[in-house]
Amino acid sequence: MFQTADMLRIFNAHRGDAIVVPGRGGPHWNKISTRPGRDVPLGDPAMGGHAGFALGLALARPADRVVLFDSEGDLLMSLGILPTVAELAPANFYHFMLDNECYATTGGQPVPNAKNVAYDVIARGCGYPRAFAFDKLEDFEASLPSILAQPGPVFAALKVVAEVENVPIGQRARWQTRTRDRVLADLRAELGVAR
Amino acid sequence: MAQTPATPAQADEAQLDPRLVLDEMKKNGVTHVVWLPDSETNFLYQLMEADPSLTLVPVSREGLAFSIAAGLATGGQHPIILIQNTGLMESGDSLRGWTIALQIPVVLMVGYRGWTRHGVNTDSAATYTERFLNAFGITYYLVETSADAPRISIAFEEARRTQRPVAVLMADEYHGFNR
Repeated sequence: MFQTADMLRIFNAHRGDAIVVPGRGGPHWNKISTRPGRDVPLGDPAMGGHAGFALGLALARPADRVVLFDSEGDLLMSLGILPTVAELAPANFYHFMLDNECYATTGGQPVPNAKNVAYDVIARGCGYPRAFAFDKLEDFEASLPSILAQPGPVFAALKVVAEVENVPIGQRARWQTRTRDRVLADLRAELGVAR
Repeated sequence: MAQTPATPAQADEAQLDPRLVLDEMKKNGVTHVVWLPDSETNFLYQLMEADPSLTLVPVSREGLAFSIAAGLATGGQHPIILIQNTGLMESGDSLRGWTIALQIPVVLMVGYRGWTRHGVNTDSAATYTERFLNAFGITYYLVETSADAPRISIAFEEARRTQRPVAVLMADEYHGFNR
């Protein structure tokens, strides 16, 4: 297992001009990214939907690379998104998934069969042409350039250390620096999309 | 007195011609149809599949459709969501979080399973459909026959103007397989 922030710092060096949907990596990514106009830190509009949103963006913007940092809790809610991605096969879609084996934001309760799910196998079985799993940061760092050098869709499950929050939601420090409306408006402006 | 049977022409008028539905979509610039099959829209699917201007995005659970549509719309495309009322009700949190909260102007074309016109429902899917939409503050338009097809454009206009999802209830299940 490795720290999400360390992984995101490595990714940032290879990010280029990708649109990044940071999902539950948002609190760290907000501090690391140097291109916030191409970031889509939406927090959690409704659990399970990050992959669908990123897929929609990738389909809408085929000339832009779209990188998603999904989570295993989100994906377990919406495993059916995997065959949809595989069928449409957007070559610009890079699907990374943070697997901390628990629901960290609700106190760290384990997800179902937390330590025994091979998400890369599920993705490959659903039709992703390439799927990987990493539990060592050095392996991820060594493989990332080749993962990004080839067309998507690609899936990579990343074993990360849980950062469990036990403070009531109303008492947590807000990590977002922009409202969701602002995030989407900034992205549209960056992409030249009229509303 | 014996009732005069409907002529073929009258029977056609009592149906919804899927070609008109497709025309309404194209007139309103739809680029992507995020959908899960239902019995109300089977023939429409065959028409959409044959139309090169539309990209079909199949989902396996209706809740998935809302975040996909949000991503498409954010990226500058014009999706429509085509699902059945049963799946709409399953999708409540996605409808809330990914379309209402993000102000996504998307039309939900919803197969109205169980619709009977006379209010005596034998299918609870119909009983709760409009209650569900009212609970979420979603405006809806009923489309039963070809004469109702222009209401689809009204729904598109309202979605654009309000930046919210608007529903069209497709109440023609028994003709969904007709050619």
